[in-house]
Amino acid sequence: MIEVAALHVRFAEIEAVKDVSFEVARGESFGLVGESGSGKSTVLRALSGLNADWTGRVVIDGDIMAPRRGKDFHRRVQMVFQDPYGSLHPRQTVDRLLSEPLLVHRMDNIERRIMRALNEVALSPEVRFRYPHQLSGGQRQRVAIARALMAEPEVLLLDEPTSALDVSVQAEVLNLLSDLQQARGLTYILVSHNLAVVAHLCDRIGVMQGGELVELLSADDLRAGRTKHAHTAALRELSIELEEPEAETLSGFQRK
Amino acid sequence: MLVEIQNLRIQFPTPTGLSDAVRNVSLTLQQEKLGIVGESGSGKSLTARSILRLLPSYAITTADTLTFDGIDVLRANEATLRSIRGTRAGLILQDPKYSLNPVMTAGAQIAEAWRVHRGGSRKVAEKAAIDLLAQVQIRDPARVAQAYPHELSGGMGQRVMIAMMLAPDPELLIADEPTSALDATVQAEILRLIEDLVSRRGMGLILISHDLPLVSHFCDRVAVMYAGRIVEELRASELTSARHPYTRGLLECLPTLSHKQTRLAVMQRDPSWLGE
Repeated sequence: MIEVAALHVRFAEIEAVKDVSFEVARGESFGLVGESGSGKSTVLRALSGLNADWTGRVVIDGDIMAPRRGKDFHRRVQMVFQDPYGSLHPRQTVDRLLSEPLLVHRMDNIERRIMRALNEVALSPEVRFRYPHQLSGGQRQRVAIARALMAEPEVLLLDEPTSALDVSVQAEVLNLLSDLQQARGLTYILVSHNLAVVAHLCDRIGVMQGGELVELLSADDLRAGRTKHAHTAALRELSIELEEPEAETLSGFQRK
Repeated sequence: MLVEIQNLRIQFPTPTGLSDAVRNVSLTLQQEKLGIVGESGSGKSLTARSILRLLPSYAITTADTLTFDGIDVLRANEATLRSIRGTRAGLILQDPKYSLNPVMTAGAQIAEAWRVHRGGSRKVAEKAAIDLLAQVQIRDPARVAQAYPHELSGGMGQRVMIAMMLAPDPELLIADEPTSALDATVQAEILRLIEDLVSRRGMGLILISHDLPLVSHFCDRVAVMYAGRIVEELRASELTSARHPYTRGLLECLPTLSHKQTRLAVMQRDPSWLGE
């Protein structure tokens, strides 16, 4: 479904993404993890067409992608961002937000599609005529996901979709994302710094450090600790140490 | 006793009458590390801010006792409050991007905090600022002192905030979600730094967060808040034996690396948790 080969992104003198290559099969979830500044979001922005300034080869469903994308691409590939409050128009009701992609792509049955989308993301019909500020953080992220689904995409690019949410809401949104994937056969690329979240949703994971993809491994290998690169091992160790509720203080985690 | 709160209640006027944001909260703090955990809107930040009386003017705060080192915060005048805020109790907020002055260098901001609280010449304050930056484990303090906030990373910015709070040598540090905007590695570094400074200087710490396992690593005690009340208070080491279903729910809904789950547990909220 998605093939990325020798992707490079430069910002002035800084090479933010260096020679990144990976493939994602149809219906698969692929995760990218790394610290802030490791280039994981930059990869996603190049894929989504938000940043046209890259070199390399990007193939989506057999089509080689040019830096500038056509309208059909923007229907088939949708993105969900970290902060739903920042990505929803504050002066538009949910109804307006959800109908916009339909108008842009000249799709019919607006009424039926909106009701179906709200139902799919488990929002009650009353939400339809509210503004983003009248919703909770979890509801807003559900609206953002519903909007991404309106144009019936095949690929969802998820940039830290749960890191602005409470842990209880995070669980609900992660369950929702796996249900939607099953129901619609979507292909996901999920970017997060939270290893547990990525391993939960994704089968295969790429670990990034300083713009390079340092390791590709399966979620099972990550859980079992079958890591090859020292950075993956360090991230895993820290994640396990922090998620265990114990009183012991952190034994010296050294930044490598 | 550094902080003593008995029966704290914070209300906000709404079109349908007064609404309770915090109810019946009692807490005490000595030179120890207390975590307050709860989700958005549970009243954890309001509770901590009430100690410095930093609530919006339309908030109605009542309490049987609300004292900071014996000073009755509810009845104190503005001058007394000013001698507590920043000087004796520091506050670290979530996002350094919004808390730092964008047109002042990091060093100048720390030096300003130093002079406001301790006086002294510009020269002395500048040297103190560099020394404080070194204390928050910044490798090249002289260079960072010259940098503007937009030139600093999130973790670095938070270190600058911490350095500024340490300038007046406070007795209490309130950290309100100090690491939510940071990634896991930097998060651990910043929290370890806070813990280390608090222990070394013998300060009290109130750490506010929504991440229960994380808080338990850095605190002695944890108070769990739900809908404005403390539903459970326990020693951090006893977290696995938490009794309240809300506390258990917070732990169980987390994805984990240690084993595979097909679905995450979702919290079933019980109306009885709201109390009477």
